[in-house]
Amino acid sequence: MIHEFDAVIVGAGGAGLYAALEASKTAKTAVISKLYPTRSHTGAAQGGIGAALGNVDEDNPEWHAFDTIKGGDYLVDQQAAKILAEEAVQAVYDLENRGLPFSRTPEGRIDQRRFGGHTRNFGEAPVHRSCYAADRTGNMILQTLYQQCIKNQVHFFDEFQVLELLLDGTRVTGVVVFELAGGEVHVFKAKAVLFATGGFGRMFRITSNAHANTGDGPAVVMRAGIPLEDMEFFQFHPTGIKGMGILITEGVRGEGGILLNSGGERFMQRYAPTLLDLAPRDMVSRAIMTEIQAGRGVRGDRKIDDYVMLDAGHLGREVVESKIPDIADFCKTYLAIDPAEQPMPVQPTAHYAMGGIPTDTDGRVVTADTLYEGLYAAGECACVSVHGANRLGTNSLVDLVVFGRRAGRHIAEYVTGADMPSVPADAGEAVRLRIAELKSRRGEHPGPVYEKMQSTMMENVGVYRDEERMSTGVADIQALREAFKSVRVQDKESRFNTEVLAILELENLLDLSLITAASALNRTESRGAHSRVDYAERDDHQWLKHTLAAIERGAVTITYKPVDTSIWEPKPRTY
Amino acid sequence: MKVTLAVQRRNSEAGPDPYEQRFEVGVEPTDRVLDALMEVYRNQDGTLSFRKSCAHGVCGSDAMLINDEERLACKTLIQDVTEQDGDVITLAPLKHMPVQRDLMVDQGRFFEKFRAAKPFLITDQEPSEREFIQSREERKLFDDATKCINCSACYSACPVLDENPEFLGPAAIVAAARFVFDSRDKGLEPRLDVLDTPNGVWPCENHFACTRVCPRDIKITKLINLTKREIKKYREARGETAAEAK
Repeated sequence: MIHEFDAVIVGAGGAGLYAALEASKTAKTAVISKLYPTRSHTGAAQGGIGAALGNVDEDNPEWHAFDTIKGGDYLVDQQAAKILAEEAVQAVYDLENRGLPFSRTPEGRIDQRRFGGHTRNFGEAPVHRSCYAADRTGNMILQTLYQQCIKNQVHFFDEFQVLELLLDGTRVTGVVVFELAGGEVHVFKAKAVLFATGGFGRMFRITSNAHANTGDGPAVVMRAGIPLEDMEFFQFHPTGIKGMGILITEGVRGEGGILLNSGGERFMQRYAPTLLDLAPRDMVSRAIMTEIQAGRGVRGDRKIDDYVMLDAGHLGREVVESKIPDIADFCKTYLAIDPAEQPMPVQPTAHYAMGGIPTDTDGRVVTADTLYEGLYAAGECACVSVHGANRLGTNSLVDLVVFGRRAGRHIAEYVTGADMPSVPADAGEAVRLRIAELKSRRGEHPGPVYEKMQSTMMENVGVYRDEERMSTGVADIQALREAFKSVRVQDKESRFNTEVLAILELENLLDLSLITAASALNRTESRGAHSRVDYAERDDHQWLKHTLAAIERGAVTITYKPVDTSIWEPKPRTY
Repeated sequence: MKVTLAVQRRNSEAGPDPYEQRFEVGVEPTDRVLDALMEVYRNQDGTLSFRKSCAHGVCGSDAMLINDEERLACKTLIQDVTEQDGDVITLAPLKHMPVQRDLMVDQGRFFEKFRAAKPFLITDQEPSEREFIQSREERKLFDDATKCINCSACYSACPVLDENPEFLGPAAIVAAARFVFDSRDKGLEPRLDVLDTPNGVWPCENHFACTRVCPRDIKITKLINLTKREIKKYREARGETAAEAK
């Protein structure tokens, strides 16, 4: 079946919905999502959206931009960060005006809390910058944007999954999509296509990410010949629930919670004397792993899955129940503890991809030398880059709102001057054959490949890295890509065949794992979330540049693109 | 420990009758029921059909009947629904919605009712400053209703829907209440055509089944009653009669 739209938005999380709202002002727009509405992972974001409103403390966007750049260890494109911080302010007001139920100050304004790496006056002290709705800010953003889409009658294709990007040279012509309900392959012809498919944390064993976070957008874009940017930078959030990875918001520390080792010591005093527990995430995750390796984890066995404690008991029940109620609920459900009384066992959890589809500040996909006409990306699957080597807490929601909106606006204007492209007569045929081939294979269940991928990535491309481990990681993933060839789809039905999609998602994760591991092995320095034991220092002389990586004929090829450092000179990063 | 998942399977609403299939799975007592399902799906039977995403109770994808009660598979631990090694956990699709396949149900009608409740801010006032000013007390009035994740557990559990499939249902009323009690919204008036009708709020008979099963602990029945009260107040002030009494 062939559809024709001015704009196709792939993904219905925050970035996709915001882009759809803007694009649909002029463009006949379709939103394609592999999930039902409001199931997207934006809904799992907890602690807040950063914006220099100054409702609680004095603040300004320049400080926010600086913190973002320093937090990203100077791999951030600085003009993009400036846009992020400046437009965050109006974006938050727009969301509030559209109904987002922010928590309030005693004066009835949008309340703000402290968050890691967000400071007053270029690093003096933590600042209240994160605008929040209890500890379900992302869920409220997702719901508010979906509500607006209902109001504006945006056209949704629920449970449609993207499988191929159609390009004519460097111009987008559409996408090939699989419909879960009927098992049919559809071709969507479009002047503009935006990918907003979110992250891919499922490549790691311990992750805060949803099962759906399999990097479909970046994988499909990469297979169309477009390299991915800065894939070696993957954020480990310091506080996931031990063993499960479920996110415990940094907002807990923003409200005053502290991390303790087995000796009951507030160890962040030794690692970040000024910001303490509110240092950026990469530093806190490293501090936790260092404590564990020194035998000061709670179990004390120095193993990678040991843990530390996050204590919020001193905040009092009223603060816990009003400011972090969902966290209290998770603790009750999964740990049978009450965080107002007992500390929470936590360990770093794979959380956020700083890298992704390379874009400019209008969401247009652009590599070192090529602009892809009509092709856009926004949100976690994109790399603008405003997060550089390490994203600050709250900036993911800022990113998807600011750049989702900018991309949507650009699309609205672009489609008015563009012709409808044509697609080849056999568009979609390759995907049909591929699915038929998967179904006809004799072979194995996908479980062992999935599990091995997640464990090798966790052990070898985790918080601390070195050449030996990363080489093992690359070799393991290559072997798994080979083993994948004998994974089969057991389900032969066409209706609601979830397994076909699960197998293709696994293939996406394997490709992105390879690029992540190979990009990491290639970068012989430590910067932000990429921390090498064998190259412990940041090396601006060699490595102040973005990686662009793709798989060509089974191997990863790497090129580079420059970083915009036009505002602040890179400096050593201390807190 | 080992548990047995006894899954009610069915290829479609129109197809042959449902049947039970049993899977034995090795689990930890603190694993989620969803983890056990994933183990079956990835290593035993890839044809088993169910939805899932966030795996920690915030996206609303994996509501189902677990031992005959509406729960989220990702928010139910094995130890919550078993007593000892070898116990059986029954899994079945939610009620009041057509089965698509196995544990997947068609939420189309559920979402239609949700959208009918106009779940978006309706206001003709401009904010007095860049943001609307809303006191903490005003914000608190609708806090509970903001927690809904549209998992439709309440919709499945509601006994009124057994008899009257046209009843708006608990979740859609919660979606309306979310705005009716928001000081920034015009509130009740634009939603009366949905709420104050014979199949709007009035069929609710206070069984509290929705409140009992809600995985987000929303006091749904209370919100329905507050909405009813608000409608009566509104009608009385205008000398009109609510649809309940018609």
